[in-house]
Amino acid sequence: MGGYARSAIVNALSTGVRGQRSVKNAGEGKLKNEHKIRAKIRALSDGAATGLAVLATVLVVAPLVAIFAYLVYKGASSLNLAFFIEVPKPVGEVGGGMANAILGSAILLAVGSAIGVPVGIAGGIFLAEFGRGTKLANAVRFTADVLNGVPSIVMGIAIYSLIVVPQGHFSAFSGGVALGIMMIPTVCRTTEEMLLMVPNAVREAALALGVPNWRSVLAITVKTASPGIITGCMLAFARVAGETAPLIFTAFGNVGWNARLDEPIAALPLQIYVYALSPYDDWHRLAWAGSLVLIVLIVLAVSLVRYVTSRGVLKGAS
Amino acid sequence: MTRIRFQQSLEELKEKLLVMAGLAEQAIQRAIEAYRTRDLSICDQVSQGEIAINRMEREIDQAALDLLAMEQPMAGDLRFILSVIKINGELERVGNAAKSISERVSHMERMAPAELPVNIPKMATLASEMVRKCLQAFIEADAELARSVLTMDDAVDAMNKAAFKSLIKVMEEHSHLAPQALNALMISRSLERVADHATNIAEDVIFWVEGEDVRHHKSLNIVQEQQDKGGTTTS
Amino acid sequence: MGVGIEVTTLNAWYGSNHALQDINLNIPANQATALIGPSGCGKSTFVRCLNRMHETIPVARVTGTVIIGALDIYKDITPVEIRRRVGMVFQRPNPFPTMSIYENVAAGLKLNGYSSRHVLDEIVERSLRNSALWDEVKDDLKKKSGASLSGGQQQRLCIARALAVDPEVLLMDEPASALDPVSTSKIEDLIFQLKAQYTIVIVTHNMQQAARVAEKTGFFLNGRMVEFDSTDKIFTNPSDKRTEDYITGRFG
Repeated sequence: MGGYARSAIVNALSTGVRGQRSVKNAGEGKLKNEHKIRAKIRALSDGAATGLAVLATVLVVAPLVAIFAYLVYKGASSLNLAFFIEVPKPVGEVGGGMANAILGSAILLAVGSAIGVPVGIAGGIFLAEFGRGTKLANAVRFTADVLNGVPSIVMGIAIYSLIVVPQGHFSAFSGGVALGIMMIPTVCRTTEEMLLMVPNAVREAALALGVPNWRSVLAITVKTASPGIITGCMLAFARVAGETAPLIFTAFGNVGWNARLDEPIAALPLQIYVYALSPYDDWHRLAWAGSLVLIVLIVLAVSLVRYVTSRGVLKGAS
Repeated sequence: MTRIRFQQSLEELKEKLLVMAGLAEQAIQRAIEAYRTRDLSICDQVSQGEIAINRMEREIDQAALDLLAMEQPMAGDLRFILSVIKINGELERVGNAAKSISERVSHMERMAPAELPVNIPKMATLASEMVRKCLQAFIEADAELARSVLTMDDAVDAMNKAAFKSLIKVMEEHSHLAPQALNALMISRSLERVADHATNIAEDVIFWVEGEDVRHHKSLNIVQEQQDKGGTTTS
Repeated sequence: MGVGIEVTTLNAWYGSNHALQDINLNIPANQATALIGPSGCGKSTFVRCLNRMHETIPVARVTGTVIIGALDIYKDITPVEIRRRVGMVFQRPNPFPTMSIYENVAAGLKLNGYSSRHVLDEIVERSLRNSALWDEVKDDLKKKSGASLSGGQQQRLCIARALAVDPEVLLMDEPASALDPVSTSKIEDLIFQLKAQYTIVIVTHNMQQAARVAEKTGFFLNGRMVEFDSTDKIFTNPSDKRTEDYITGRFG
């Protein structure tokens, strides 16, 4: 009950005891005071809440900024053209770069996305549009959740057993498969969520036009949910771009150039890991630079996709 | 039960019309009484009553208009309100006829009495009986009773026609009695009008209760017969 | 041109809920027929049986016959095909949010394989003219999205979209209930014009609207059709007391 109401009741009760007019004036003065106090308290709590919110934001953003700043501090000095176009030099020699790791990561992510995105989206479409409520859908959803929880090192070992051992060699392909499988749950669940958010009215409108269900799903429902679906893919991409553990036993790493899928390949996170654990200062320097480059590349990739897809959005559409 | 306020408004409208009906019936009764007793004070009463009737007519029409505008009445309610408006008009004309009769009576007072071949009292009785019945039919929403009023109209019409013929004859043969005869003729015509109004009210009651429009059935039947015979109709 | 609809012994269920019971009805061609009744009486369910949208709900079931223009729609034709010939406009306007005005109107055609630019342009213009929206949007056809229009305009856009596939029957499920009086009047005027080319079935809980636009009116109650007659008879002198009670507001 607000202060106003309380004052009004006090006023009404005391009117019966004393004279009307004197109480009215006294009551009005009392009301004004209470009003002022209440207003002050409100302003204070407003300020306090805002302050807390700002503090929380700072606490969350600060580590990110700190990391980034530290990376820049430690790694920017080691960035030169060589970093981007040369392969690592043998131990003891100064210089060299991580060009092969950058290329390797790109190839691994391409393979991973080629596996993870279509399968994930297809799974999401099935869960949201065709299998709603069925036992199969529940099983698929459960599987996706479990897969999501598999530790990345275990994933690496699993792919090692399934692909590397039968093939007899490490390969970019096996690394890509590992990354791709890790992408599937995120893409699948996000796609499902985004599709479920499309209002039923839109589906009905399409059906009522005599559009077959599959066509309505693809051309209308999926299209309506596409911004969200793309965000899901980006999330998955950003996550696996930094994964190291699954690549240890699959892609394995490579000190030289490789662009073939059937041979071991370097990857930025893997390279950073190896260099960071090494005893050589030179390699440490490269590791710092590599970390900075990795984060910047991920941010760039995500921004690029956002920009490209937002170009297609119409005026006024949400 | 929903629309309670609307129901109450309809009841109030009915009450108003019944007051109007009472005023009109009273006017006719008084006029006939004035004819019977030649009491001029009763004629004054009829004139006074006319004011109340006119005021009531406006009040009822206004109330009905408001209900039509505000409540979107449908079906039975709509027919009821429409009937009230029409019956209202008929009752006002009944009041006019009563006033007309009482004016004739006050003129008659200044003339010598005369024996005339016309039975005004009988016509009066029939006409006021018709008015009473049609209003009863309205009060009770009784379409059968209303229909019985329709059949009574023929008798009054016949009496009026006969009165017309015989009074014209009197005026031709005994010209010194012309003023009295003319007076009697006009009273007869007013009574015939009252019977017509009662018939109209009865038709409106049937429309309200049954949704059937039974007006002008005679002339329409004649037209239909002529058409059936293959003859042309005059429009 | 519109066609007539013959409904015989139509029954419909949602799971175990017997939503429509033994409906028999003949809807005349090239007229507007209104269906009125209290909430939950089955009028929307009935209309959705006419374009087989009812069966998109998993637990829905239908028995009986619906013949639209000599076709038994449950036997002679697939659901997808009947929905091209029987269009539907919903209570809340639902233009496709990612599409422009042009694309919205053309959606039914594009998604069914028509792609000739010239033909589509023509059909889009004709449909927008027929739904009295052309003048208001002709300069922004491809620039503005369907969702950026006002409520009344959106509904007319949905009507244009339904007309673009050239149906014979147009079903309207409370098309103006979410709109202001001016937009409602525009839609009603539109219905008057559309009657010449299509058969229109309009579900409405607004009796004055039914009285304004429809030649025939059917009163639904608890899954049954109580009375079906010319509109002026229903509203001035209905035969069934339940109809009278409903339209005079004496219900419940």
